[in-house]
Amino acid sequence: MSKRVLMKGNEALAEAAIQAGCIHFFGYPITPQTEVAAYMSKRLPKIGGVYLQAESELAASNMLLGAAASGIRAMTSSSSPGISLKTEAISYMAGSDVPALIVNVQRGGPGLGGIQPSQADYFQATRALGHGDFQVLVFAPATVQEIMDLVYLAFDRAEEYRVPAMILADGMLGQMMEPVVIEKPQTSPHEKPWAASGHQNKRRHNIINSLYLQAEELENRVIERYKRYEIIKEKEQRAEEYLMEDAEIAVVAYGATSRIVKAAVKEAREQGVKAGCIRPITLWPYPTDTIAKYVNQVKCFLSVEMSMGQMVEDVRLAVNGAVPVEFYGRTGGVIPEPGEVLAKIMELGR
Amino acid sequence: MEEKNIIIICGHYGSGKTNFSINLALSERRMYEKVLLIDMDIVNPYFRSSDYSSALTEKGIDIISPIYAGSTLDIPALSPKIDAALSGGYQKIIIDAGGDDAGATALGTFSSRISGVGYNMLYVANMYRPLADTPEKAAQILKEIEAAARLKVTGIVNNSHLGEYTDIDTINSSVNYIDKLSELTGLPVVYTAVKRQIADESRLDINGLFEIDIHVIPPWKE
Repeated sequence: MSKRVLMKGNEALAEAAIQAGCIHFFGYPITPQTEVAAYMSKRLPKIGGVYLQAESELAASNMLLGAAASGIRAMTSSSSPGISLKTEAISYMAGSDVPALIVNVQRGGPGLGGIQPSQADYFQATRALGHGDFQVLVFAPATVQEIMDLVYLAFDRAEEYRVPAMILADGMLGQMMEPVVIEKPQTSPHEKPWAASGHQNKRRHNIINSLYLQAEELENRVIERYKRYEIIKEKEQRAEEYLMEDAEIAVVAYGATSRIVKAAVKEAREQGVKAGCIRPITLWPYPTDTIAKYVNQVKCFLSVEMSMGQMVEDVRLAVNGAVPVEFYGRTGGVIPEPGEVLAKIMELGR
Repeated sequence: MEEKNIIIICGHYGSGKTNFSINLALSERRMYEKVLLIDMDIVNPYFRSSDYSSALTEKGIDIISPIYAGSTLDIPALSPKIDAALSGGYQKIIIDAGGDDAGATALGTFSSRISGVGYNMLYVANMYRPLADTPEKAAQILKEIEAAARLKVTGIVNNSHLGEYTDIDTINSSVNYIDKLSELTGLPVVYTAVKRQIADESRLDINGLFEIDIHVIPPWKE
């Protein structure tokens, strides 16, 4: 199937997973990601897959742990409050070195918050998606087409490094419709000799476990994992640079916000201010190298987010005090308008 | 299709009902003084016609939204004003139903009232939507909607498009699909919705051509 169709972001999340060979989905409805589950519930029974609406988010993510431990591609999805409920099992997946895909179509928080789009789960995704020392790969698509590409990549890299991966989207991206071309993924699922898939008396049995009662043994496990994280940080940073060649103001934004920022950047240039946009595609690992490349070129960075200022801390870490780092954000489900971002760019450009 | 007081816009999920409903309401307003748009979509809290209410009220079109539409409260509650509106006072009432049978369920509540007043129910179809990409799938969803709404579809709207990738070929390629859907269901194709710019540029000459403007757009295109 390589034709152009019109899809919602949430539908693309589901269809991409199916195309990537993930026919096991465990979920629980929550706005604004419910279409992921709804689409899976319609598609999976027809192709011999399993769509299971669990009794809770935590149950769904434990089912994901179990399915992924057997070596198959599996996923769960939710929106912000639901992701909080899933984090226990996500930590277990990280501690068990199990690759799996978790989708967060973010909405306003904290608490039950609201149902409009938000990017206020950045800290949760990149710092603490559960207890303990661990990271998950975090991918941030900005278009419905890119959702397809990043779902493929997320499954592939999660298996390569044996880590959980997250697609961090937002309600706007999940709900909007755009034309997409559905193409088969370029890569096949990795071999998984570690999987608890039945030894059939041909090998030793595999154990998937995150419990290590000897402190030194647990420490060694975590240290080994952090060595993998170093390789990931070196090899997996991804970012898009837009009008950055001669930019004097670098606006950093990801996801749906980056599209608002690009519109503002273009307008700022028409008004004589040399602005550009750096769009992180991976949020962990953060594209520190791309940001750092511009510290001698630009006079300041501006992080624009649908939050009170979370990713801005990663921009500051990458810039390391070389030039000022400013912030502009709206939160609670309010989407910044291009005009507001433009006003901030023009203020910095003076 | 005989003219009726109520026009219901139903369709498969994401077929473009809301954008079509807004255009239809604006078009009806050019002929009638008292036009009402009822947003009956209690399934999808994003991109629904209530979000565009100021553009409609400016043109003198009344709108009834789900009670909590536009708030961040995800409670599927219909307004009691709907009942009053169906009792009279409007020359044209356009009902923007939710997608699929799930979205049409709310219509079922009002089916006997609507039947009493007299209605046309238009089924909006877009062949570029993956779960309705064959005439057979689209016809199946149509049947499910009729069962949930307890009302009968009276005509089809060809709203086949690919967002900003839409061109004249996009529309021409949908003719066979929509004709087959019409054949399968025994229903007439009442309108073919085409973006005004494309219709003008290509001097499209098709029966039931309905030129539309795109109202449902993301914030970076506003």
